[in-house]
Amino acid sequence: MQNSSNNGALRIELRGLAARHPASAASAAPALKPLGLAITPGEQVAVIGPSGAGKTTLLHAIACALKPAQGGLLLNDDDPWSLPVARLQKLRGRIFMAPQNPPLPPRQRAITAVLAARLPAQSLWRSLRSLVYPTGIGEAHAALQQFDLADKLWDRVDRLSGGERRRVGLARALVAPASLWLIDEPLSALDPTRAKLAIDTLTGAARERGVTLIVTLHQVNVAARFPRIIGLRDGELVFDLPSMELTDDRLARLYAQYEHELTGPRTYAAEPNSDNVALPGRIVPT
Amino acid sequence: MTNLAALAPPRRDPAFHERLSWALLALVLLIPSLYATDFKPWVFFTPENLRVTARFIGDFFPPKLEVEFLTMVAREAWRTVAIATAGIALALVFAAPLALASTAILSVSSLPGRMHAIPFAARQAVRLLLIFLRSIPELVWALVFVRVVGLGATAGVLAIALTYSGMLGKVYGDILESGNLHSTTSLLRNGASRLQAFFYGLLPENAGELTSYTIYRWECAIRSSAVLGFVGAGGLGQQMELSMKMFNGSEVSTMLIAFVLLVWLADHVSLQLRKMIA
Repeated sequence: MQNSSNNGALRIELRGLAARHPASAASAAPALKPLGLAITPGEQVAVIGPSGAGKTTLLHAIACALKPAQGGLLLNDDDPWSLPVARLQKLRGRIFMAPQNPPLPPRQRAITAVLAARLPAQSLWRSLRSLVYPTGIGEAHAALQQFDLADKLWDRVDRLSGGERRRVGLARALVAPASLWLIDEPLSALDPTRAKLAIDTLTGAARERGVTLIVTLHQVNVAARFPRIIGLRDGELVFDLPSMELTDDRLARLYAQYEHELTGPRTYAAEPNSDNVALPGRIVPT
Repeated sequence: MTNLAALAPPRRDPAFHERLSWALLALVLLIPSLYATDFKPWVFFTPENLRVTARFIGDFFPPKLEVEFLTMVAREAWRTVAIATAGIALALVFAAPLALASTAILSVSSLPGRMHAIPFAARQAVRLLLIFLRSIPELVWALVFVRVVGLGATAGVLAIALTYSGMLGKVYGDILESGNLHSTTSLLRNGASRLQAFFYGLLPENAGELTSYTIYRWECAIRSSAVLGFVGAGGLGQQMELSMKMFNGSEVSTMLIAFVLLVWLADHVSLQLRKMIA
């Protein structure tokens, strides 16, 4: 951490990292088997693979939410798990992780839910003040506007639809003081138009700010728009490629016996004219 | 013939003896408790006792309805509500931090799985304190405080505050732990401090249930503050006890009516408020 400023992006390195769910038995196979990976600051990476491949576990491990069962994680060449709790928590503030299921309290208003992402950069006093009267109205409004939700600024979360909640959860990224965004299934619960808007906003904002972006995706055609694609299956790294080198053959092997997932979700159109089906052979990197 | 026999209704309920013996056993088990409590209801019906009872009940009619007396009853009823409200408010001040300290959800050290030993011990200590606070009935606290701060409402407020802080603290902790934790852990994982995660995640997540329970407890505190008056802790109860000592049945009956009205009103207000929140 010495060799990067506080808002500089983090260099990520996984060295033989294996991880298991906290609740799983010690004898059970880890959700993520020993894995080596390096991601440079500002990169945009899509993680794909069938259900249960360990995509979410990988995000949790990088987010310092899950302690490696084996091997290690290095962020800017430092092992976060050797840090004292307070410094680890400070480091977590530089990482923004959006779980697939938007973590929003039902009685909270959208504005507060979005501004909650600023907390790591705020003192307790300032965050309490913002609960009495929101101190970042403009900021929250701009973030929601990017996701076509500006009119929901003052609405309670439980009055929003599932897709709207999902976008509020994503809008948090734009106000978070983080230089690494880990987004789990950003397109779940979104219709094709909103999905395109969401992915364009996230990739565009990340590029603009020099933020590293790692997303897990079910939609192979969307993943193909990311410069780099990581394929996971049964907790193992199957490939780690520039998207240009992603072939039908590799995809077919990644999704063998899970073909329905490959063609299943029709939630996104990579091209306005495309027929929306992410069959191997129809991948159009844009 | 055999067919007919099969169709004939059975003559006996095969389970009858079993059910009868369980019922008898339950009755037999009651006997020791009757002895332990010296329960002799027939004493009530001896002519002498009947006369005393009849006189006492007879004194209840008519209830005393002088304006001056009614004003006093209204003032004391209001004081009973005030004791309960002040007591609950004070209990909240103690209960909120204790509940926070007793819950394991906001533990940053337990984020990756297991909690460290020292925070764990501290949480157990807070839990013990909560058990201590609520295991001593408010009546006992009231007796203690009447001796310390003298007769009057202050003793009632303090007694309710102590017992109820134990109750509220425990149940608040339970509510916080049983609710949806997704938003809270997510904030902690994204680097928020534990108090920030409380105010932006845990509290809004559970605000409805916490308020609803507090209102319900306020209703209970009104009933209990009327009782506390009997040991001198102020309010309607204290006046009722004075009138009873003077065998002034008509005053007692007015105050009993006022008490019933008060409890009914508190029930109603509490129910409406809780409906509004739900």
